[in-house]
Amino acid sequence: MNDLVKRGAADIAREVRAKRISAAEVTEAALARVDEVDGRLGCYLTRLHDLARQCARRVDERVAAGDTLPLAGVPLAVKDNMCLTGTRTTAASKILENWIAPYTATAVQRMLDAGAVPIGKANLDEFAMGSSCENSALGVTRNPYDLKRVPGGSSGGSAAAVAAFEAAVGLGSDTGGSIREPAAFCNVVGFKPTYGRVSRYGLIAFASSLDQIGPLARTVEDAALAYDAMAGHDPMDSTSIDRAVEPAAASLREDLKGLRVGIVKEFVTAKLGPEIDALYKRAYQELADLGAELVEISLPTADYGLATYYLIAPAECSSNLARFDGVRYGLRVDGADVGAMYEQTRAGGFGPEVKRRILIGTYALSSGYYDAYYVKAQKARTMFAQDFRKAFERCDLIAAPAASSPAFEFDSKSDPYSMYMMDYYTIPMSLAGLPALSVPCGYAGEPALPMGLQLAAPLFEEAKLLGAAHAYERATGYAAKAAPAV
Amino acid sequence: MASEKIDVRYVAKLARIALSEDEVERFEKQLGDLLGHVDVLSELETAAVPATAQVVESKNVERADEAGPSLDRETILSMAPQRQGAFFRVPKIIAEP
Repeated sequence: MNDLVKRGAADIAREVRAKRISAAEVTEAALARVDEVDGRLGCYLTRLHDLARQCARRVDERVAAGDTLPLAGVPLAVKDNMCLTGTRTTAASKILENWIAPYTATAVQRMLDAGAVPIGKANLDEFAMGSSCENSALGVTRNPYDLKRVPGGSSGGSAAAVAAFEAAVGLGSDTGGSIREPAAFCNVVGFKPTYGRVSRYGLIAFASSLDQIGPLARTVEDAALAYDAMAGHDPMDSTSIDRAVEPAAASLREDLKGLRVGIVKEFVTAKLGPEIDALYKRAYQELADLGAELVEISLPTADYGLATYYLIAPAECSSNLARFDGVRYGLRVDGADVGAMYEQTRAGGFGPEVKRRILIGTYALSSGYYDAYYVKAQKARTMFAQDFRKAFERCDLIAAPAASSPAFEFDSKSDPYSMYMMDYYTIPMSLAGLPALSVPCGYAGEPALPMGLQLAAPLFEEAKLLGAAHAYERATGYAAKAAPAV
Repeated sequence: MASEKIDVRYVAKLARIALSEDEVERFEKQLGDLLGHVDVLSELETAAVPATAQVVESKNVERADEAGPSLDRETILSMAPQRQGAFFRVPKIIAEP
């Protein structure tokens, strides 16, 4: 392996800007790494060798012309639910298997404008619905730390690509934990900004009131650089927030003095077994050792998160995915009349999990059930926002597990609800729109596999959140204590 | 909202998804189980709680009604599974009398 691929985004960009290495060299190293290992890992659904080389040439020209690009030459994995002009964009679904995007997502465009080089389109659970990538209709992605196990999901391809040095930064999307859980499973940092901070224009919609794009990277600093490049208002997304963005990469800190970190009383880690319980207790102590004051907080609604989420997200998905009807783009399966064509197209194009969620959502929105299910869940959502608001009167950040276990083996969660439980700790933050991340915090299980510490902050306080995560990462250095198996 | 048996065929009709007999049986069970889990929400006292659709402050967004650049017709039509000239071609919608 060429050592260039192990370098982080901040390092690469600095070296490329200083003209000590070229974006072309970094890109060739990344492409060679993809060719070497991706046959075994399956991080990418589409490799973008030609486009990557073109982009790298352009970055080198811009650097030569004096442009100071914050992500100059940084190899980028793009989750395949984000549009990139001229590339196949599938959402890992048969219904979009051969669709070529005619425009580029704002978040992707901003990364490219900052000098990042797209290496490939990364695998995901179909339409981002899942926690293991096993719901992809188009490929299997393996966890780089143990090839018998899943990489997490739904942004599992991006997380695995970053972990296996097939990219320095990955773009993911998080609806109920889809950035944070795969980051935890793959020993990388995964960051979901405040809802609305990063434009969703060009992101194939799953649940529009929850979906948020964010970065995965091997360090907090790299995630902060990517966030700084992407964040900010976009007129193409009417829910994107028109509010100044405090640069996060300039807010990184080395200690946690003066910060109060809330530990959620209802998140009883003892339920996760003695080893994981001890691991999280140690993580909380490490925060205290860095100067944080630990305070107990209460989220009385914690146990209602999954129920709330599994009504709201499917309801929104059933509405969003109505657009896949075999008329304007994507798959069509013929039928005797137009109704049969719709039904056959959607039967053939969607996988089981997507069908399940569309059906649940359709049911929850249907006449007679709307108030009992959908409106009830929307009210519960209000309670989550209120509970967090109250909790943040007593603390600056919240610390919690990022996932209930380390990466699990393929086909080990056959009951849909047991898979949904993986997101127990991440869903509450999603329902409240909060910025939250996962940072490596050690290893558990046999064999010992990566675990993630989740940190969350009040709305819009990304800079504080990333700053604190950086201090934790620097002091503990857990990610460096193991290496991927490939 | 005590769980009752879901009429999966009816819901699939609303969602425009053709299901096999196997799928009807499987989804009926899985959706029933899931609704059993979400029924815990009935424990929450929400009579006085307003519903939230968006947790981050948002307001209606308006812009001037001016034409701007957009994708051209040929690009859009070239993505269609079937087209006829400048139109999307679909199976017959209106039955003959």
